[in-house]
Amino acid sequence: MTPLEFLIEQSPALIVAVPLLGAFLTSLIGRVNEKARNIFALFIVCLTGVLIAILASDVLTSGPRLYVFGAQNLQVPMVRIIFEVDSMSIFMAIITIILALVALVYSWSFLKEYDGLDKFYTLALLLITSTLGMELTGDMFNFFVFLEISCITSCALIAFWITEGEALEAAFKYLVISSIGALFILFSIGLLYAQYNALNIATLASVLQFSFVDKIILVLLVVVLAMKAGVVPMHMWLPDSYGRAPPSVILVIMGATLASFYGILRVIFTLYGEVLTTTMRFNLPMHVLVGWLLIALAVVTIIVGVLMALIQSDFMRLIAYVAVAEIGYMLLAVGTGFAAWGTAYATTALHGGVLHILNDALDIGLLFLVAGAVYYVTKKRLLDDLGGLARTMKYTTVFLLIGLLAVAGMPPLNGFASKFLIYESVYQLNPILAIVAILCSILMLAIFVKVFYAAFLGPQRNITASTGLKEAPRSMLIAMGVFAAAAIFIGLFPNYVLDTLVKPAVSALLNHADYIGMVIGGV
Amino acid sequence: MIEYIPYIAVVAMVFIGLYAVVFRRNLIKIVIGITIIESGVNLFLITLGYRGGGIAPIYTSLPAGTTYPEEMVLPVPQALTLTSIVIGVAVLALMLSLVMHIYRKYGTLNVRKMRRLKE
Repeated sequence: MTPLEFLIEQSPALIVAVPLLGAFLTSLIGRVNEKARNIFALFIVCLTGVLIAILASDVLTSGPRLYVFGAQNLQVPMVRIIFEVDSMSIFMAIITIILALVALVYSWSFLKEYDGLDKFYTLALLLITSTLGMELTGDMFNFFVFLEISCITSCALIAFWITEGEALEAAFKYLVISSIGALFILFSIGLLYAQYNALNIATLASVLQFSFVDKIILVLLVVVLAMKAGVVPMHMWLPDSYGRAPPSVILVIMGATLASFYGILRVIFTLYGEVLTTTMRFNLPMHVLVGWLLIALAVVTIIVGVLMALIQSDFMRLIAYVAVAEIGYMLLAVGTGFAAWGTAYATTALHGGVLHILNDALDIGLLFLVAGAVYYVTKKRLLDDLGGLARTMKYTTVFLLIGLLAVAGMPPLNGFASKFLIYESVYQLNPILAIVAILCSILMLAIFVKVFYAAFLGPQRNITASTGLKEAPRSMLIAMGVFAAAAIFIGLFPNYVLDTLVKPAVSALLNHADYIGMVIGGV
Repeated sequence: MIEYIPYIAVVAMVFIGLYAVVFRRNLIKIVIGITIIESGVNLFLITLGYRGGGIAPIYTSLPAGTTYPEEMVLPVPQALTLTSIVIGVAVLALMLSLVMHIYRKYGTLNVRKMRRLKE
């Protein structure tokens, strides 16, 4: 066995193990030298990225991968944990690692003046570990454990600016909401185990009966994961924590939020995919009912997100509400894909929705980084206190323009590619939904034009000799540049990403039999 | 009837905990509420794993004449509970330290008096 084959063989375990080890080594290295620590954390994330790339090329060419911790062959009911990686999981892992890499590059300058950074790097790497674990695992209980790790670490990271009361409040709120949510997930895992004596997602999906208890489990899992993903009316924690955490932290937390969204996909498409598409209720197939429920949630999410963003005066909080609305677009696409299961436009909707996960990460991430750069230079949060920044921060202004056009879905940027697919397919399900979606996109553009005008144009405000406005440091510009370049690239060549990553991911979601067929039996 | 009592206790604990989290205004009481929910869920897992007359699943020290593996207790629910207890301790510690910092900052534990994040 060559070393490369060995790496491919072991990569699902290594992807989680490398950042976990790195998390605790960074704080050791931080005792010796701070610069070495930063480089080491970057190195660990890059190494994980290489492993993910290796695994991705393997999964995309030769189908889903099963990695077993414990008993390989089942004679007696043995305890074992499996990782099951298909093209959807690997797509999410790629998004997570891009966000993590950019976040670490950005925090190099952004967090330079703060102390306690050893702990910051440890927590950030642990959060990356847990996000990757949630995406790669094929076991319900393992999913819960990674979810809890992500709760604890992201809560500690939200409270990074611990001297501000608002950051503490946001962190406490997030911890209360997410730990109760996680306990209900544990409760539903217990119910599943009590009925079917299994914890593997694949095994559970193959034996699911869709009894009354199973319906309760479906509701619990979807509601809790939707809460973690920031779907209205369970979104209250999201603007608070996104608005109060440092932007480099927000990127990593956004990875965890998107992983919760991936959890919803996994639950409805893989775990319940078979029963929902074959059962009837109220003379309608179940998938139509569930799909329309998701669409209703999505429309409320989009409208509330955009309208709340309209009235915000805090820059980061405003972007956080737009992030809520963007989650709504993904959910709208997924709901459409599920309600119209089997039709051609359902597949188009899912292509749009899955591509939009990547685009949301890039665009909202870019906007948060711009907001962070503005905060870094001016130390001001409120839009009313800002003005005329375009004169001194040329690059940041360009990046903000790219980000706002991309979020609003303007061609030729990446937001257009995914939103166009969503509009096109949603229109075939119901034209009113498409109209609402397009109107809210236009409103988003209006909101950001307001931001651009207020903060970057007009007279310069609050300038004293001591603040000395200047451009953001180089590492922050590099981080923003990566996102902006990716946004332009995907906008110009959407088919490249669609064909290589998104279409395999969507077909993995739709053909749940492949995922289930990988595992036979087991706890 | 007697075998349903643990499940009734589970439901009662979850609802008492939820009541405390939703309606109490003191941060410490909210933390206590979450701990009660957690104990309820742990009790649920433990009750699931109970098997009357079962023996511990240690392969090397089975009593003579046991039919294997039917009489052994599958240790998964216990393992889940242990993991969940450990996670619970971490969450509790983090929550209490946040409460401590909040008290230092605001000088109160009342949720109503400290709300600055609105809309």
